[in-house]
Amino acid sequence: MYGFEALTFNIHGGYLEAIVRGHRAGLLTTADYNNLCQCENLDDIKMHLSATKYGSYLQNEPSPLHTTTIVEKCTLKLVDDYKHMLCQATEPMSTFLEYIRYGHMIDNVVLIVTGTLHERDVQELIEKCHPLGMFDSIATLAVAQNMRELYRLVLVDTPLAPYFSECLTSEDLDDMNIEIMRNTLYKAYLEDFYKFCQKLGGATAEIMSDLLAFEADRRAVNITINSIGTELTREDRKKLYSNFGFLYPYGHEELAICEDIDQVRGVMEKYPPYQAIFSKMSYGESQMLDKAFYEEEVRRLCLAFEQQFHYAVFFAYMRLREQEIRNLMWISECVAQNQKSRIHDSVVYMF
Amino acid sequence: MDDFLDKLPEMDLMRSEKMTLVQLIIPVESAHRCVTYLGELGLLQFRDLNADKSPFQRTFATQVKRCGEMSRKLRFFKDQIDKAGLRCLPRHEIEPDIELGDLERQLADHEHEVLEMNSNSEKLRLTYNELLEFKIVLQKASGFLVSSNAHAIGDETELHESTYSNNGFIESSSLLEQEMRHEPLNQSGLRFISGIINKDKLLKFERMLFRATRGNMLFNQTPSDEEIMDPSTSEMVEKIVFVVFFSGEQARTKILKICEAFGANCYPVPEDTTKQRQLTREVLSRLSDLEATLDAGTRHRNNALNAVGYSLTKWMTTVRREKAVYDTLNMLNFDVTKKCLVGEGWCPTFAKTQIHEVLQRATFDSNSQVGVIFHVMQAVESPPTYFRTNKLTNAFQEIIDAYGVARYQEANPAVYSVVTYPFLFAVMFGDWGHGLCLLLGALYLLARERKLSTQKLGSFMEMLFGGRYVILLMALFSIYCGLIYNEFFSVPFHIFGGSAYKCRDATCSDAYTVGLVKYRDPYPFGVDPSWRGSRTELPYLNSLKMKMSILLGIAQMNLGLILSFFNARFFGSSLDIRYQFIPQMIFLNSLFGYLSLLIIIKWCTGSQADLYHVMIYMFLSPTEELGENELFWGQRPLQARKIHMERFQGRTYGVLGTSEVDLDVEPDSARGHQEEEFNFSEIFVHQLIHSIEFVLGSVSNTASYLRLWALSLAHSELSTVFYEKVLLLAWGYENILIRLIGVVVFAFATAFILLMMETLSAFLHALRLHWVEFMGKFFHGDGYKFKPFSFALISDDDE
Repeated sequence: MYGFEALTFNIHGGYLEAIVRGHRAGLLTTADYNNLCQCENLDDIKMHLSATKYGSYLQNEPSPLHTTTIVEKCTLKLVDDYKHMLCQATEPMSTFLEYIRYGHMIDNVVLIVTGTLHERDVQELIEKCHPLGMFDSIATLAVAQNMRELYRLVLVDTPLAPYFSECLTSEDLDDMNIEIMRNTLYKAYLEDFYKFCQKLGGATAEIMSDLLAFEADRRAVNITINSIGTELTREDRKKLYSNFGFLYPYGHEELAICEDIDQVRGVMEKYPPYQAIFSKMSYGESQMLDKAFYEEEVRRLCLAFEQQFHYAVFFAYMRLREQEIRNLMWISECVAQNQKSRIHDSVVYMF
Repeated sequence: MDDFLDKLPEMDLMRSEKMTLVQLIIPVESAHRCVTYLGELGLLQFRDLNADKSPFQRTFATQVKRCGEMSRKLRFFKDQIDKAGLRCLPRHEIEPDIELGDLERQLADHEHEVLEMNSNSEKLRLTYNELLEFKIVLQKASGFLVSSNAHAIGDETELHESTYSNNGFIESSSLLEQEMRHEPLNQSGLRFISGIINKDKLLKFERMLFRATRGNMLFNQTPSDEEIMDPSTSEMVEKIVFVVFFSGEQARTKILKICEAFGANCYPVPEDTTKQRQLTREVLSRLSDLEATLDAGTRHRNNALNAVGYSLTKWMTTVRREKAVYDTLNMLNFDVTKKCLVGEGWCPTFAKTQIHEVLQRATFDSNSQVGVIFHVMQAVESPPTYFRTNKLTNAFQEIIDAYGVARYQEANPAVYSVVTYPFLFAVMFGDWGHGLCLLLGALYLLARERKLSTQKLGSFMEMLFGGRYVILLMALFSIYCGLIYNEFFSVPFHIFGGSAYKCRDATCSDAYTVGLVKYRDPYPFGVDPSWRGSRTELPYLNSLKMKMSILLGIAQMNLGLILSFFNARFFGSSLDIRYQFIPQMIFLNSLFGYLSLLIIIKWCTGSQADLYHVMIYMFLSPTEELGENELFWGQRPLQARKIHMERFQGRTYGVLGTSEVDLDVEPDSARGHQEEEFNFSEIFVHQLIHSIEFVLGSVSNTASYLRLWALSLAHSELSTVFYEKVLLLAWGYENILIRLIGVVVFAFATAFILLMMETLSAFLHALRLHWVEFMGKFFHGDGYKFKPFSFALISDDDE
């Protein structure tokens, strides 16, 4: 019943919403980032982080630190927080929280399959996987030779199974195929998540459809840009776009035929939400696009906190935390490699 | 009058300690020692002069980092010692203090040593585990593989069918038999892989194998009887030995990959029995060798850890102290010449000489040529609040602080709470039987005080222990009030002589219907036991307790008002006295003070006057005759005058609100730039609200004190119910079992409902009466606590 969530939401969701809002207060602020940017070495970063929520996770790390350790520990904290919330959640929130993981699962599957293709060690690959996207039999992915086997052996047990129905081919795996598989999976995942949120209704549906539409559009733009100059046909390219979003359906038609970045720009500028993003960039430039999209995403995610009694805060919080970890990684890398002038290139401030 | 008040002896707790803002100028060479000594003294609160700098930009950031690194190492040692299950008692002999640098070096050495030993033993442990697993696999798998070459190849398919239709590989014993009968291995190109896997992964593993080979395999399993240590977590895990039979090279690579993915270790088992035996023997001998090596390694490691463990606690405190010292040093500023550190802080005025001595000692000990300059500064902001408490007053001070820390030097309600708090509690909890139980509990806590104060308690127990003196006083007062109410588990006793009442005739048949006659002087102390069970018991007790609660309430609220007078006097605000204290006193006392007076007169004279009537008609028709409700001569004119005064004071209140101009400028808090801009309308509105609040509040607060009566009634009724309806009812039966059950139920009800729940509720109600009704009259509670830099406080909370 839209508009009346306040009556019943707190029965199951109140505690967790309180938790997630409490967690939000722990996100690093602009002041924190400013301080972090002044750090001279990784120990300084550790020292600064010891006053934040990451303190207890980093305190037992011996110096000298590595960037990977910092990122690993921060991710661990994220995973612990996530698991804590998941333990407390009831249906349908637990399903919603599970959905947040699927994206990482897809990435992990792709990572392992690509790695196996290039004959990397499985253990090494598993260490690189995002812990949120882990599932039991992930290591077995290495056994599979083609998509059908991949599906039949391993993925049929995972929540990703339904998404695979669209990309079941007996073709051997190669880089191109895997990339197509990733995008097909992501498309199916986003559509499924979108449908699920619509089913939940209320403020959740409203806010999540906005966030997911943005996500879908961003992927569409990225697919377009990355596929320029490859052998991907227009039809195939169009098949990879998710069937919702601000660009759907006419924007997709136009994107599908783009041949260079300026054409993409021309398409996107017709859509008000993206006009601002593209107007910031000079013609022919695509490096800053990622950051611009991230900034816009963070802005939208922060807005999700303005409303109460909906699940989108969880999605928004997890995304913000991931952005925060990306920021920390970038800052640590810059500090470790003495590139402090470039720190501000990629840090997205929140709040 | 003023002279008399000024000459009252000072009491520590009445007002918080006088504080002084001091400045220290310390030469760099003696700074560390100075701060250390000050930390030992623990009477100076440093102000952070570098608040705008982030932690790593401060002067002593490197030292803080070093301390952090050292405490990490120490935590590592502690973890290792705990893991090894060693228990190291600190040596009692006093070791000389070590320099930080030395300690750092020592710790680094130790850590290096321990890490190296760990990695060595881990390698050994890995090999050992492998061998152990191999041994287990050899032993178990050979059971499946006992080959008898005589069997025909045709049996193979049969075997598969039978096992699959069986659909369970669980019955390993029956499988074993089958295996022993049909074991056609080599001839049919059937191959096998044997290995060992964690028990929790087994099901998935089996499913995966089935899928990968499309069911063309046979999976046998048996639990390994010993648990194997997982080297990464050093936990014992249960493992399962498996043997997979399959055919074909492709299946083999697949299965091996799956094994790898699941972390299953595969070991080759020869089919030949003699070879097996030989191999087993080899493995066993190597195992025993390794075991010896491992044992030696563990012993060596334990020795090393023991050596660390002896001084671990000491090192930990040292490092913690050093870190605190550097954190404090980071709050200091360099002066222009960079040769001195400048610090500012608050200290109690009485401690100035002590601090001075300590600083001199520090200068002397560090052989510095220049002494520390220590001088008093003009304070701009309000000083912190510091009470010197002892074991008894501390708990009460905590209760007050939970509401709000007193403003600097304002009257401290904790002083009065020491008596009023347990007393109000006891009014609600009056039963000397229950009081005795509480007293026993409190005495137990007190008797074991020394022991309990050193160990770590659970949160509930810690709360009880922290409030042991509160409980003691509450128990004593409950016994006192219980004696007044004459209740012992709701049973009245003739302690102070006989009852004043007797039956009308010898049979006493109409005692509970018609009543008793009074035949001698009243019962000397408390309530006459004969009231118990009589028809008028409740009306009598209710009237008594209700009036008593009003009297107590008015007394306590008056105390609060008087304290507000002392506050105003102390801070020199005559406006507060004239236009706030005096009107408030007049209002409260002409209404409810007068009611109290009437109550006392009624008690003393035994008058039948209806006090409701008197109070209500005092307003409705002040000039009318009082009739039978007249309590004393001249009551009518007095009331008329009082009404007039109330009106008058109401008017003064309203009108004079306008003249209370600088009430809100805190006299001591803002000298200099913090002076707020004077805003007439704001103060007017504020004062108006305050006046209305007081007028309404005095009615509702007085009514609020009736909770004393309500809870006391509830308590006595509850205990009566348990006594009569449980204990006496059960005792009425001859059956010993029923009696026993009755006693048990009564005991539990008394312990849990009356002693625990009721104590808690009476405690909370007393808390409310103090926080809202009493402290609301005078207490600002917007101060902040004095937090001196002290080693004693650090070691406590930094665990």
